[in-house]
Amino acid sequence: MVKIGVLALQGAVREHFNAIEAVGATAIEVKHQEELQDIDGLVIPGGESTAMRKLIDYDDLMPALQRFSLSGKPMFGTCAGLILLANKIIDENKTHIGAMNVEVKRNSFGRQINSFEALLDLKGIGNGFPAIFIRAPHIVRVGANVEILGEYEGRIVLARDGQYLGCSFHPELAEDTRIIEYFVHMVEESKRSILAQLKNVL
Amino acid sequence: MVIQTGTERVKRGMAEMQKGGVIMDVINAEQAKIAEAAGAVAVMALERVPSDIRSAGGVARMADPRIVEEVMDAVSIPVMAKVRIGHKVEARVLESMGVDYIDESEVLTPADEEFHLLKSEYTVPFVCGCRDLGEAARRIGEGASMLRTKGEPGTGNIVEAVRHIRKVHAQVRKVANMAKDELMTEAKMLGAPFEVLLEINRLGRLPVVNFAAGGIATPADAALMMELGADGVFVGSGIFKSENPEKFARAIVEATTNYQDYKLIAEVSKDLGIPMKGMDISKLSQQDRMQERGW
Repeated sequence: MVKIGVLALQGAVREHFNAIEAVGATAIEVKHQEELQDIDGLVIPGGESTAMRKLIDYDDLMPALQRFSLSGKPMFGTCAGLILLANKIIDENKTHIGAMNVEVKRNSFGRQINSFEALLDLKGIGNGFPAIFIRAPHIVRVGANVEILGEYEGRIVLARDGQYLGCSFHPELAEDTRIIEYFVHMVEESKRSILAQLKNVL
Repeated sequence: MVIQTGTERVKRGMAEMQKGGVIMDVINAEQAKIAEAAGAVAVMALERVPSDIRSAGGVARMADPRIVEEVMDAVSIPVMAKVRIGHKVEARVLESMGVDYIDESEVLTPADEEFHLLKSEYTVPFVCGCRDLGEAARRIGEGASMLRTKGEPGTGNIVEAVRHIRKVHAQVRKVANMAKDELMTEAKMLGAPFEVLLEINRLGRLPVVNFAAGGIATPADAALMMELGADGVFVGSGIFKSENPEKFARAIVEATTNYQDYKLIAEVSKDLGIPMKGMDISKLSQQDRMQERGW
């Protein structure tokens, strides 16, 4: 069984926890850098990205998160988590973890009164996924080798760049577990290949 | 493709994203920026903070839309604003401005002493205060997407917020453990909608996020409320009435996230200057107790 960490500083931590456990993986709360060592993948949940970034800095977690992002282990960012993962943010001159080769726009569907639900058809995941968008960002541009998995009215809302999965909406708020299952598969594959590499070394 | 705005999931979900965070009262753009920079998850745009509402007296109303607009333009985090209990027009005005969350609040002078807003009719989500599960469930029944304890606002005294969160949680635990055939009588006793109790019974918790509010004056107060099971905290008069708001705001944010890290709370609590003086609740007359407003 794979162990998946959930960055537990602020936001929809409990929902991701429940979703991970519902599909048979083990969820681990990550608040300190030590907790990053023992996990096979990491979810960065939805919340407020500016607040989450502050909390990362207050705990001096950023170097450890960036090291984790280079370890080959999968990372999944939803909403605020996508903003933290992206390597470019429109109208801002700084990035956060900056690992995923996508450019994102914050609050790109408007304020809370414009937040919405829609059923989306997602590549590799299936049709009719209930996507809940809350003051959501979207992916404006993707780099080479980034696979677009979902779009809404021409805007990219789900994409995969190697071990990174980024999502504008909140699969953890829906009862549909297909996206989290997709991520758990990414983590299982990565764990297998890391173990295979270790065996080769030995 | 079916697209829906203002659904229960979208409105309740917005509050889920605020969990573990601090929502700060601000009265202008400058304070809003300080709050955002300190790590607030949202700001509450007000004309006066509760302690000033207390000392000013008279009728407290929705803030000047100019102030709300100024705050909305200043920050990228969500902006909340308060309306008087039952004031449909204030609520529609704030909704039309695109405010992210409305607090139907006992801090303002009620516009209706019998009825609250039917919050399910709005696209914008609402937060409401509660002192016990009956109130909490009635507000959820009306469509509130988030709750907060009432506490006793603007006093700098945590005692009422503690009382309210303990009461609500004790009652939630009781309902969660009840047999289904006991729920209707419990609904009658609490004055709570049966459907909301069914949902609590099924989930084993409140169906919406519940923050602490009303009297949080120090980082340790914020951590105490988290320890008692609050999902996050509202800090009203405390921050911008303190000597060093930047430092104070950051200290509250850190203590809320790391509420069981007592060494850290000790560290961030150093040299914060003089906190709000605080009031003895028992010295407040009945009509000065804001928590009594709401029905």
